[in-house]
Amino acid sequence: MAVAVSSRPGHRWRDRIPVVHQVRQSVGLQRGMLVAGLLMLLVFVLCAIFAPLLAPYGFAQRADASGGFGTQQPPSAAHPFGTTVGGYDVLSRVIWGTQTAILVIIVAVVLAIFIGVALGLYSGYFGGWLDRILVVVFDAIYAFPSLLLAIVLSIVISGGQSNLWGGVLAAAGSITVVFIPQYFRVIRAETVRIKAEAYVESAKVLGAPNRRIVFRHVFRNATRTLPLIITLNSSEAILTLAALGFLGFGIEPTAAAEWGYDLNKAQSDVTSGIWWTALFPGLAIVFTVLAITLVGESLNDLADPRLRGRRRVAQAAGEVAETSVVPGGTLDAGPGGLAGLEDGETFDEHGIEVKR
Amino acid sequence: MSTVDTAPSSEAPAAARPRPKAAGGGFGRYLLIRFLLIFPTIFILVTVVFFLARTTGDPITAAQGGRLGPEALAELRAAAGYDRPLIVQYLEYLAQLATGDFGQTLTTNRPVIEVLTTYGPATFELVFYSLIVAFAVGVPLGLYAAYHRDKAQDAIARVLAIIWYAVPIFFAGLLLKLIFAVWLKWLPVAGRASVSAELQMQTLPDPTGFYTIDAIRTGNPEVLVDVLAHAVLPAIALGLLTAGIFLRLVRTNVIGTLATDYVDAARSRGVAESRLLRKHAYRPALIPIITVMGLQIALLLAGAVLTETTFEWKGLGFILAEFLESRDFAAVQGIVVLLAVIVALTNFVVDVIAAFIDPRVRY
Repeated sequence: MAVAVSSRPGHRWRDRIPVVHQVRQSVGLQRGMLVAGLLMLLVFVLCAIFAPLLAPYGFAQRADASGGFGTQQPPSAAHPFGTTVGGYDVLSRVIWGTQTAILVIIVAVVLAIFIGVALGLYSGYFGGWLDRILVVVFDAIYAFPSLLLAIVLSIVISGGQSNLWGGVLAAAGSITVVFIPQYFRVIRAETVRIKAEAYVESAKVLGAPNRRIVFRHVFRNATRTLPLIITLNSSEAILTLAALGFLGFGIEPTAAAEWGYDLNKAQSDVTSGIWWTALFPGLAIVFTVLAITLVGESLNDLADPRLRGRRRVAQAAGEVAETSVVPGGTLDAGPGGLAGLEDGETFDEHGIEVKR
Repeated sequence: MSTVDTAPSSEAPAAARPRPKAAGGGFGRYLLIRFLLIFPTIFILVTVVFFLARTTGDPITAAQGGRLGPEALAELRAAAGYDRPLIVQYLEYLAQLATGDFGQTLTTNRPVIEVLTTYGPATFELVFYSLIVAFAVGVPLGLYAAYHRDKAQDAIARVLAIIWYAVPIFFAGLLLKLIFAVWLKWLPVAGRASVSAELQMQTLPDPTGFYTIDAIRTGNPEVLVDVLAHAVLPAIALGLLTAGIFLRLVRTNVIGTLATDYVDAARSRGVAESRLLRKHAYRPALIPIITVMGLQIALLLAGAVLTETTFEWKGLGFILAEFLESRDFAAVQGIVVLLAVIVALTNFVVDVIAAFIDPRVRY
């Protein structure tokens, strides 16, 4: 929102805070989705922060003063969500799992942004042979099933065994590598576009050093679309972490609570009709991904004048910048094909149009 | 927003990036260039996977993981050639791949390519069925949502799409299994066919591995019903995720086309609303969808790994998970590279289809 051009005199400072601005801009269903998503996100974050207070037991606890919990116990007063095949309390592990999830999101997204943005800025601004190589390499990685790449990487990073930080870093690291191409593409495309703008040229004429142009002029304007990608990536980070856990690359139950691991262990329970070990960790994943996706989708729609609720379009028109992230793509974005391979745009696996 | 030269609405951004236009050149030329582009893609993926897999160690150390003494380990590594310089191993691996040899599995000591021929058909069948589910559910709902834009129907369809995306495939699979297989007992719990059906298919002179085809060949309708019943839950689990993506794509694109002048013009000529939607708005909106299909293949394959694990569907994903479990990283690397080749080839085919349908692609 750095380039927000105020066309109205009564433009207040609080309109400039990213999410607040979008909430005010939205109407009807979109506002409902955005607010619902934000509230769910708040619950998730609070759960993670206050997990030690909320969870009745530790995530690796199998017994308390009155003896062992017992395995595969149905929900009861002492264990509202029952116990797992390993004898853990399901409720406690669901609550502690929010901490693991949030750690992975933060590490993965921060790493990916840092590397992706830096490379994208460099590539887009300076060009040259490194730019070409990076584009080709990231394009190849981009077209590859990200989960498979994450599997290969988690083998490399953790070597199979995982304590809390080993596991978190393995999951986050493997997710990072998958995400870097996305940031790279978006930032590079924006940088290439901004480089041709008049204000960059005038800065050059005035003798501003490249460093100043890149960080002052290009960086500030190129990172406009990042909030959208961050939300979408965060939800994907959760899903990838859970998938890795489900495939047996999770974090050991004694090191941290991880929903994917719990679902892996619940597989055989389901066949014998034990529902509580699978249902609750699964719902926790759905809840978290839903929260992030609702926020991301709404932000996405609000950034696209064609998808925004119609009534306030004119009012907010001053704020609209050409965003390159459109859900599902548009018709006039045109077919990919060679265009997508050479210098056009393509869509990622969720139909986000990524222009480079 | 647009790089397509014919798009009338493109203003500043497109104008700022002039694209060198290839002079002339027909479909054949496009086909050739696009085909040649497969090789660098595969080469890069192979390189990335190889060096990633080897940065921490070799498959043998990883597989044995401290169970052997250092001498015995070194002996095994030397025997397999893992003690030589990495670059030598890399070049050798490339040469090996060029002859179509994807390496050997460590645990079962079979060529990786054999794994593909044994388990590939199952994955193909699963992806095929789930695509049917995705099309049958996603496209009509997307059309419906676009037509009733911003109304209750639209809201429901969109929330549904988001929920489908938010539910991990394996959780959806476990729930479907729990409800329809364990509680209601309508459908089988797991596997591709029951034992008796599998036995009947194995008596065929030359089984294809595609159970649907084999079942038809047995001529026994019970076998076919059995095979199809086993496919229902996995196909739904994998298909609904894709259906959500299709729904969103169709919706966005149809909203775009419904707002165009030619739809307005057709409407003012008195063309029926249903025809407007089906012919004028829907058809052009299909092109970006076909393009996106290429990238869906990557997602479908990743989803297939999870679906197959959930339903014990003995395909490439299932066997990949097994090799992961047994720490057979030589096999994992081979299968991953194999899948990279499949993804690159599928993207090629999809791009060619897109170019065939829409001449604007092959400029």
